[in-house]
Amino acid sequence: MSKEATATEPDAVPAEPAVEPAALRAGKDGGLGWGLKTVVALTSLVLIAPTAVVIPMSFSGGTTFAFPPKDWSLRWYESFFTSEAWMRALLTSVQLALLVAVTATVLGGAAAFGLNRAGFPGRGAIRSLVMAPLIVPSIVVAVSIYGVFLRWHLTGTPIGFVIGHTVMALPFVVTVMLTSLSGYDRTLDTAAATLGATPLTTFLRITVPLIAPGVMSGFAFAFVYSLDEVVIALFLQSPDITTLPVKMYNSITLEIDPTIAAASSLMVVATSFVLLIPQFVRRKRSTR
Amino acid sequence: MSASTVSASPVSTARAPRSRRRLVGWFILPATAFLLVFFAYPLGNIIWRSFTEPSTGLENYTELLKDGVSVKILVRTLVTGLIVAACTLALAYPYAYAMTRVSPRARNLMTVVVLLPFWTSMMARNFAWYMLEQRDGLIDDAFSLIGIDGVVLLGSVAGVTVAMVQVMLPFMVLPLYSGMEGIDKRLLNAAGSLGAPRWRAFVQVYLPLSLPAVLSGFTLVFILTLGFYVTPALLGSPQQSLIPQLIATRVSDLLDFGGAGALGSVLLVVTLLALFVVSRFVNLSSTTEKAVTHE
Repeated sequence: MSKEATATEPDAVPAEPAVEPAALRAGKDGGLGWGLKTVVALTSLVLIAPTAVVIPMSFSGGTTFAFPPKDWSLRWYESFFTSEAWMRALLTSVQLALLVAVTATVLGGAAAFGLNRAGFPGRGAIRSLVMAPLIVPSIVVAVSIYGVFLRWHLTGTPIGFVIGHTVMALPFVVTVMLTSLSGYDRTLDTAAATLGATPLTTFLRITVPLIAPGVMSGFAFAFVYSLDEVVIALFLQSPDITTLPVKMYNSITLEIDPTIAAASSLMVVATSFVLLIPQFVRRKRSTR
Repeated sequence: MSASTVSASPVSTARAPRSRRRLVGWFILPATAFLLVFFAYPLGNIIWRSFTEPSTGLENYTELLKDGVSVKILVRTLVTGLIVAACTLALAYPYAYAMTRVSPRARNLMTVVVLLPFWTSMMARNFAWYMLEQRDGLIDDAFSLIGIDGVVLLGSVAGVTVAMVQVMLPFMVLPLYSGMEGIDKRLLNAAGSLGAPRWRAFVQVYLPLSLPAVLSGFTLVFILTLGFYVTPALLGSPQQSLIPQLIATRVSDLLDFGGAGALGSVLLVVTLLALFVVSRFVNLSSTTEKAVTHE
């Protein structure tokens, strides 16, 4: 603690060291009191519990949702990978998620670039418009989209799903990319120009490599968002197009099908993996 | 900001960036058009339909007041939202505070833990709570151990609340943490050296300084909770339904877009009111961004 304070405010050093550590430790066993520790432990338990039960559950040998399972097997994974309906739902979801990720990254990336670089009136309004799908209650967004898509014959079509999910993914993509762009040092552009680079060369050799991690994060976010989205998908679904989360929803509400346990575990692993990729790339770059 | 960049660069290059800046402005056009057509128009359309279907007028809204169910469900939804926000705050405040006090390594671990709900698929999460909350589930068993039988949260508002609190925790912890990190800890020492007991230093110095973060986190959680459909649909019960379930039933069972639109408009107005009140005190959009970008 005291180290951090000295690191951020070097001017204040002389006055501090004698007083602070002792004062901070007063009444505390070297850090957090037991009351605080208990609350932190309880909160951590609430945060961890769902993830902690999903994976063991998928190896259950029983045919009910009883937890913990009495015996273990791979039967639900077998059931998942051999069921035509589950595999079709998985394929549909992955295909749609890829399309959504591409669409949202292109639209959102361009928007973030424009918002970051251009000064024009109405900029605040456009930012609000981009963030609005996050703030408007999600059920209202879903029902509104369903309402007009029925008239436009977009329900049950891939393009309908892609549009619906892109609307919801855009706030995430734009935010992630704006954050990445705000750390962009634009004197580098000027430096490249001074050294004789054309705007195109500057863009390709300076801008693109620098914003690539942000673009990747945006892409990963949009992909995972679409892969996981249920509410819009529930309204837009048709017998031909059922996404994996919708199939999972139905397997709890309509039929008690424990295959969902295997599907859940796979989903947890897949989403974590996709979201981790940009982080690893970033770390590798920074250590290089 | 852009003006200072221009003035800082040499005069000869000042003109080119300006025209390029105008060009770059067009980049926002596709996304703006996309959202106007596929987000703003549908939203406006359903609000319009709430005043025009089946007949023009306020019929849908007077019906909402008279049918005896909608108002009850609306109140239940708002109360649930407040309870979820309060419980989330109660867990998140100490957690965020602890994050400012531990070693950087422990802090990283706590950040990973608090982000777990973000990383866990929504359906997987709800399925997990379904298992935990059912009869003879882990929660029921744990309470039986200490002699309290029959704690079946599944099918109750309490069950819905627990699941919502879990997923909302990152939205509260992250803004709180970044707010608390900005509080100069020496102020507490100063209060202490002036004779204030620890609790008093906390209540009179620390708490007021963390209040903006508390307010924005609370509002964000409350607003987001209002739109939840899957969690109440899976973990709640039709007897204790919330507004989102009512909207979904109106639309999918009755194709009553007018009625659903009226309910949706009410939800939207509540959201905007909450935003308006809070925006006078804090910058909510930066909170949202912090939560989204996990800062």
